[in-house]
Amino acid sequence: MAADDIWILGIRMTKFGKHPDRDTIDLAAEATMAALADGGVTMGDMGILAFGNLRGPSTGQLLQKQVGQTGIPVFNVANACATGATALRTAIMAIKAGECDMGLAVGVEKLAGAGLLSGNAATSDDNVYEPSGRQGAVAPLDGRIGTVTMPGVFAQVGMEYLYNHDYTGAEFELFARISQKNHAHSTLNPLAAYTKEMSLEQIMGDVMIAYPNTRSMCSANCDGAAAAVVVSEEKLRTLSAEQQARAIKVRASVLTSDPWQEACQVLPDVNTLTRSAAAQAYEAAGIGPEDLDLVELHDCFATAELVHYDNLGLCAPGGAVDLFESGATNRNGSMPVNVSGGLESKGHPIAATGIANIWEVCHHLRGEAGDRQIEGARMGLAHVIGLGSACGVHILESASA
Amino acid sequence: MSQIPLVDYLELGDAPHLVAQECASCGARYFDRRNACAGCFGTEFRSVSVGTEGTLRSFTIVAHAAPGVPTPFVAGVVDIDGTSVKSNIINISPDPEHVRLGMKVRLATHVVGTDDEGTDAIGFGFEPAEGD
Repeated sequence: MAADDIWILGIRMTKFGKHPDRDTIDLAAEATMAALADGGVTMGDMGILAFGNLRGPSTGQLLQKQVGQTGIPVFNVANACATGATALRTAIMAIKAGECDMGLAVGVEKLAGAGLLSGNAATSDDNVYEPSGRQGAVAPLDGRIGTVTMPGVFAQVGMEYLYNHDYTGAEFELFARISQKNHAHSTLNPLAAYTKEMSLEQIMGDVMIAYPNTRSMCSANCDGAAAAVVVSEEKLRTLSAEQQARAIKVRASVLTSDPWQEACQVLPDVNTLTRSAAAQAYEAAGIGPEDLDLVELHDCFATAELVHYDNLGLCAPGGAVDLFESGATNRNGSMPVNVSGGLESKGHPIAATGIANIWEVCHHLRGEAGDRQIEGARMGLAHVIGLGSACGVHILESASA
Repeated sequence: MSQIPLVDYLELGDAPHLVAQECASCGARYFDRRNACAGCFGTEFRSVSVGTEGTLRSFTIVAHAAPGVPTPFVAGVVDIDGTSVKSNIINISPDPEHVRLGMKVRLATHVVGTDDEGTDAIGFGFEPAEGD
């Protein structure tokens, strides 16, 4: 191990779902205090707080007032659905920079019942047409020139992959079966918002949102929080044997944005920045995708999971459909993907997601995942996408590896 | 009766077509105003006409949208000789039996609304091309 390695000392997510009686700070505080307890440390040990709550109204400072005000710097970060991963990345950078030896990253969101998260702009047309904005629009464009809804955008992302690779099978059923896999996985996760197994008929017969995504193929809006304590290698070596044994090494922590590509102004390109983040992460970790025991990737919609098999290098280029059809991404397959149930069933409280997926991986690497434990898991990858776009990829390894 | 395009990159007249802003340095094309090219940082742009026939590279059929947005409608990406265009697919039954990846489509315009002064806003979509 290297002197500049970073470790996750404590990490926890709340149950995802409906929490009508608790506000964002209650949820953030629960995750924070549980993560601190998990790591055997207190707010007094933290040198930085990075906090994400995309839709408000919370800040890291409001959290501190409920769990401990120590005067440390707070970074309130926002990066769409990658906000949680960005908070973690911020805390890791502070430690790498030598500013402190321990830090806390927290993400929280209350989304239960939120409905569509975009496309809700006012739809009343002006009384007299007047061009405005960068496209000189005289009326709202959503629904008139394409769609800005997330289910519709990500539906096109998945369909484009099929077009680019000359897929000739039954596309609707293909994507529905990906969703079926994740819903089946969720039955073993007590912290998931939805833990019901769903048949292919139920999924395909559910309310259509944006073809080919039905409601059960969309990420579930829900409430939840997740928090992580990160520590420097040097500091970790001063802690107890138990703390050291349960610590998870961060083999790679990468954040990218979308580089310019033809068509990226027309349909958000979630591929190039993921491929770039994955390449950087594998390089930093000195491993390849074949070394991974499990992957949590950003299945905000069933159509998204497919493209990220390819983007993360889990299959040969163009081989995402074949990888899925082989059964490799089932929890008993050679490359288990989204054994938590994924965003489609575990839920997607957006700013919490980028830490919660890391918690899932850590849970397995510590051998503490109970009924859904991936046996012998030593190395895992967590991926998150924020549309706009941001991509976080973390590669994690158990201490005993 | 007066007309106004829904967006300024739709040019009306006898042969309606889309107009892109093309980076003079690297050829990247944009349908909105840019301060500099996102690809090469160049600041010189020229207006170029985009063709009116292309191939449907991706689509979705939106069944659930914001209040006031009529559904279902088909949203997609049309490839016109290497230039990608975001558009609705119109004059087609909005179901996966009729909308197919790779189908040939062509530009069509239609009135999307009329303001208090009687001006029509003209929008565009792509419709199935003859012979497809």
